[in-house]
Amino acid sequence: MIWVDTVIQGILLGGLYALFASGLSLVFGIMRLVNLAHGDLIVMGAYLILVLVTILGLSPFLAALIAMPVMFCLGWVLQKFLLNRTLGDDILPPLLVTFGLSIALQNALLETFSADSQRLPTSALTTASVQAGPVSLGVMPLLTFGSAILVIVALNQLFYRTELGRAFRATSDDPTTASLMGIKPANIFATATGIAFVIVTIAALYLGLRANFDPNIGPARLIYAFQAVIIGGLGSLWGTLLGGVIIGVAQTLGAAINPEWQILAGHFAFLLVLLVRPRGLFPRAND
Amino acid sequence: MAYSVTTQTPASRIAAIAGVILISLLIALPFFAGRGTIQDMFFILTMLVLAQFWNLLAGYGGLVSIGQQAFVGTGAYALFGVVILWGVDPVPAIFCAGIAALVIAVPTAFFAFRLNGAYFAIGTWVIAEVVRLLVAQWKMLGGGTGTSLPRDATRDMWFIESIESTLGLRSAAARDVLAYWLALVLALATIGGIYWLLRTRRGLALAAVRDNTEAAKSVGVDAGRMKWIVFLTSAFGTGLAGGLIYMQKARISPDAAFSVTDWTAYVIFIVVIGGIGTIEGPIIGVLVFFALQTLLADFGSWYLMTLGVLAVVVMLVAPRGLWGLLSEQTGLHLFPIRRRLTGGKLASSEE
Repeated sequence: MIWVDTVIQGILLGGLYALFASGLSLVFGIMRLVNLAHGDLIVMGAYLILVLVTILGLSPFLAALIAMPVMFCLGWVLQKFLLNRTLGDDILPPLLVTFGLSIALQNALLETFSADSQRLPTSALTTASVQAGPVSLGVMPLLTFGSAILVIVALNQLFYRTELGRAFRATSDDPTTASLMGIKPANIFATATGIAFVIVTIAALYLGLRANFDPNIGPARLIYAFQAVIIGGLGSLWGTLLGGVIIGVAQTLGAAINPEWQILAGHFAFLLVLLVRPRGLFPRAND
Repeated sequence: MAYSVTTQTPASRIAAIAGVILISLLIALPFFAGRGTIQDMFFILTMLVLAQFWNLLAGYGGLVSIGQQAFVGTGAYALFGVVILWGVDPVPAIFCAGIAALVIAVPTAFFAFRLNGAYFAIGTWVIAEVVRLLVAQWKMLGGGTGTSLPRDATRDMWFIESIESTLGLRSAAARDVLAYWLALVLALATIGGIYWLLRTRRGLALAAVRDNTEAAKSVGVDAGRMKWIVFLTSAFGTGLAGGLIYMQKARISPDAAFSVTDWTAYVIFIVVIGGIGTIEGPIIGVLVFFALQTLLADFGSWYLMTLGVLAVVVMLVAPRGLWGLLSEQTGLHLFPIRRRLTGGKLASSEE
């Protein structure tokens, strides 16, 4: 019975990793940009929510709602004025610029908020649990998983049902031809990053509610997100969710055997998938 | 007068002479410099070696790795392993450090080469994390808290006694001098070796793959093989440097030996600021890096923030780095690798 419980906790943890990964997946899918600062941006989002909660005395959920438009603008500006300038055939500039950004951001957070670990204030809701048959499920993990599914459904709707989504897909396929049809790739990219930052804010909310965070944990979140994306197959959002679940289950199973093996088990699951299916479980036809 | 192909330029000949003088000075340094200077120079030289190998990977091979700490840490732990468990002398153990990094590099490359472009970067990082977590389980070498080199091993190292008597130093200072000389040898061998590699047929093939993989393949270059050669060479060199760095420190822990900031972030910043894809770039970069570190040493995380921002600005404004700017303005190449046709009916040999 304990194993069933472990696996279910792992699946729910996978929802958090899928939230980490969706933003990364979105940005990569549209502009082939791997943002190495993604993990640090999630941590920054968590601090932004924390500041809003502390200053305005809001509940974390409400604070996240206010943080979302702020983060959208930040992402839009970052993409439009910085990252767009690095895009091109050469993979070096975007990698090195986002890596520089990651280190700068990490240390800026360290300087502003110190290395002490923080946590968003918890309420009755965050510690509550529901009994489902023999296993008890935390409300928070359930909410996280539900939000992950909601984000993925929303993104899919956006991609395949709206004009903006059509512009996203067109720019992703061929920016030059898309610009002939009156689409401005630079603005499309900026909007995409803005949306990715909104997802980052949602991820940051659950990161901060579920566990302690400090300025140094960004890179590890980037790695989990990246593993989820690769396992799922580049460009597939449902694949990303499955990837997150696989990492989550591997980690909780590893931890159940020996606490020191938690992270290692996740990495091994990733390497195993890479060995068997190098292009992930649901690869897109091209690229 | 017949046609001939040459890579030398007047500047490179002058640089060669200046280089010989500089090298003689560096060799003689321990005879007149204090222990602090020797330690600073050791740091500069080992960072230069790491930077040159990362530059070979990313600048010439197009392989952006964020997992260099895997090879530094593996090398360092291999050194501690053979010294502590087998009683090998630390000096020859440095060679084992290189071999161990090479051994780890084979599965790393096998996995990481399955990932394209940008994802290769994070792939190497994941593998470095795996190696760090595995090493932290190794209880014989102190597990997560790490361990130190045994005192008799550091006291009775090769050459230590003769350095002690020649320079009249105590054991600890003599160890620094020995480490410095070894670092100097390693740095010179690295620069010389990379320069030699780039001037051979392999180097030409490497440049061709970097500039256009498909075109290079069409003229018979085995692009996959070039990637392997570059990756394994760089792992071996990085492992040697890792072994040497921790021989001097004589104290190790998994978090320090596998630190992504110390062994990869700094190295990337050195190369990017100095100029990626040139041999001169990392040399300039390491000097700028050391100057910044001395200036901002008291400001803690501001220092890393400055480095990060500086790297972003350099990448956007001058993607070829400081050396690239200088070289563009003056046409200067201290380590020319471009082949030029001279003699015959070509009146002027330049351009």
